[in-house]
Amino acid sequence: MADSYNQSSSAYKRMIMTHSIIRFIVCVLLSVICLLPIIIILMNGTRSSASIIANGFSIVPGNALSDNWAKLTDPDKGPFSAVYNVWLGYRNSLFISLAATGVAVLFSGLTAYGLTVYHFKLRNFATTFILAVLMIPTQVVSAGFLDFMIKIGWVDNYLPLILPAIASPSTVFFMLQYMRSSFPLDIVEAARIDGSGEVRTFVQIALPILKPAFAVQAIFMFVGNWNNYYTPSIILLSNKLEQRTMSMMIQSVVANDKNIDYGVQYLAIGMSVLPVIIIYLILSKFIVKGIALGAVKG
Amino acid sequence: MAGGGTKSHKLVSYAKYGYMFILPFFLVYGFFMIWPFINTVLLSFKGNGSKVNEWVGFQNYSWLLFGDKSGGRFATGKVHHDAFFDGFGTTVILWAGNFIIQIVLSLLLAVWFSDVRIKIKGTGFFKVVMYLPNIIMAASVAAMFLMIFSNTKYGVINSLAINNGWIKDPIPFMSNKWMVRVIVMFIQAWLWFGNTMLLLLSGIFGIDPSIYEAAAIDGSSGSSTFFRITMPILKPIFLYVVVTSLIGGLQMFDIPYLMHTGNDPNDYLNTVATYIYKHFHKFNNFGFSAAASILLFIVTVLLGMIVMRFNTDATAPKKQRKK
Repeated sequence: MADSYNQSSSAYKRMIMTHSIIRFIVCVLLSVICLLPIIIILMNGTRSSASIIANGFSIVPGNALSDNWAKLTDPDKGPFSAVYNVWLGYRNSLFISLAATGVAVLFSGLTAYGLTVYHFKLRNFATTFILAVLMIPTQVVSAGFLDFMIKIGWVDNYLPLILPAIASPSTVFFMLQYMRSSFPLDIVEAARIDGSGEVRTFVQIALPILKPAFAVQAIFMFVGNWNNYYTPSIILLSNKLEQRTMSMMIQSVVANDKNIDYGVQYLAIGMSVLPVIIIYLILSKFIVKGIALGAVKG
Repeated sequence: MAGGGTKSHKLVSYAKYGYMFILPFFLVYGFFMIWPFINTVLLSFKGNGSKVNEWVGFQNYSWLLFGDKSGGRFATGKVHHDAFFDGFGTTVILWAGNFIIQIVLSLLLAVWFSDVRIKIKGTGFFKVVMYLPNIIMAASVAAMFLMIFSNTKYGVINSLAINNGWIKDPIPFMSNKWMVRVIVMFIQAWLWFGNTMLLLLSGIFGIDPSIYEAAAIDGSSGSSTFFRITMPILKPIFLYVVVTSLIGGLQMFDIPYLMHTGNDPNDYLNTVATYIYKHFHKFNNFGFSAAASILLFIVTVLLGMIVMRFNTDATAPKKQRKK
């Protein structure tokens, strides 16, 4: 009896082991598929055009990084500095993304707070409205949007890229869910008794409690805005270099098929992904948890 | 919720703060979404090109939906009708192809990562790596894969295959209708499977583990546990993922539009969104563009209503679980 028990138990263990190894290998393969394109781009950015033409596939760095960098940034050495400037790209994308993220989380917090803490006639209507428009994508209004912006002279302006973030239904929705599950309304009452004004209660008491939700939403808003190609390409009609976002610059580097220099093009693309990847890796634990949090709550 | 609060919440004096707090949202939403939407509706009844102020009634819609019967093969209406429906077809094809790869992978991984019996080493690392593609900007992703699947023999894949003697001439990935579409499907799946996996995973973790214990004691096998326990409980989240992905997919723009060198987008990758974009942005055809937007909006709303229905179903058990 004991013998057969041991036998089946060791067979079971072996089965578990085999499955675990197979699954591990599949995961490793998928990770390679996720990482390989990025690694190739980064590595090819350090190789000379000639060596890429000889062999386009490499996962080890070359020795032409400073050369490529000079061609990318120096107007005397290559045509790329006319369409691509890495510092301007970072600056513009960073400015738009930070500003949009800031107003999005602040005003979404304000809206969610108003809808949770106060009772007023239109409260249910307002909440339902925000839920109902959650799914409406900006694309379906963009023809009217651009026409309107042209009429009021707001093209080639960052305002239409930043201000709409004040009304972000999905961020409000997330904040609403978060407040319902983890914001004690009694605390507002207590603050009132202590003589705190409504705005002060929001700033000094609600904001610190909502910080975790803010952080999660801020990251997703930031990434969304940083990666956005659609809206900036609509609004920044003149496509001036000093106004372009990183996305638009990358597009012009690739669209340029007259002055091909593979190493430089790879480097230009690599420079656009590198900072985001580094920040992501630093914050990764937090971000991965945040997606799950958003899903359970929404 | 707040309804259970004390009576003093209902004092009228605080109501004005409620309006004050939500006012900025609605002002901005009105200015940047509602008015542009109304404007889009108005534009959809007006002319194209230089005739943008001319009222044409339902002409844009009828041309988009039914073509221009009077004008023969090369009539404007026929051209737009074809481009629009072609775009719709391509959008659905690109979405469906990407979604099948994506959902199979993410379901499998979600089930694996949540399996308490068979542990995989480095789960945390895998999750981080699999979500990574999602944070890279679409313009860079498109550029990356353009370089990798380049038509020339210097592209990464072609050069790898030629140097190893697998092929002689470079494969024209970008000028073959189906190859380029499959590449876009792959890219979309590559971008999104990590995200979908994490969503499904959080749904699975929401399932009470004692149900699994009971199933294991009753001798339920892995596959019957999956089909009889995990899937039925996961159904609301699963449907939510499907329909939100479909709605997102209908707006598919970035990758199909950006997958090209030179100035003109790839013709095999024309989606509804690229049709809309091109016509209001490049060709000044606000009428057609706006009418197509409104048609897309109607389809989105219909799908959105399905989501709302499932969403209310999904929240009911969730609330019970918290108590």
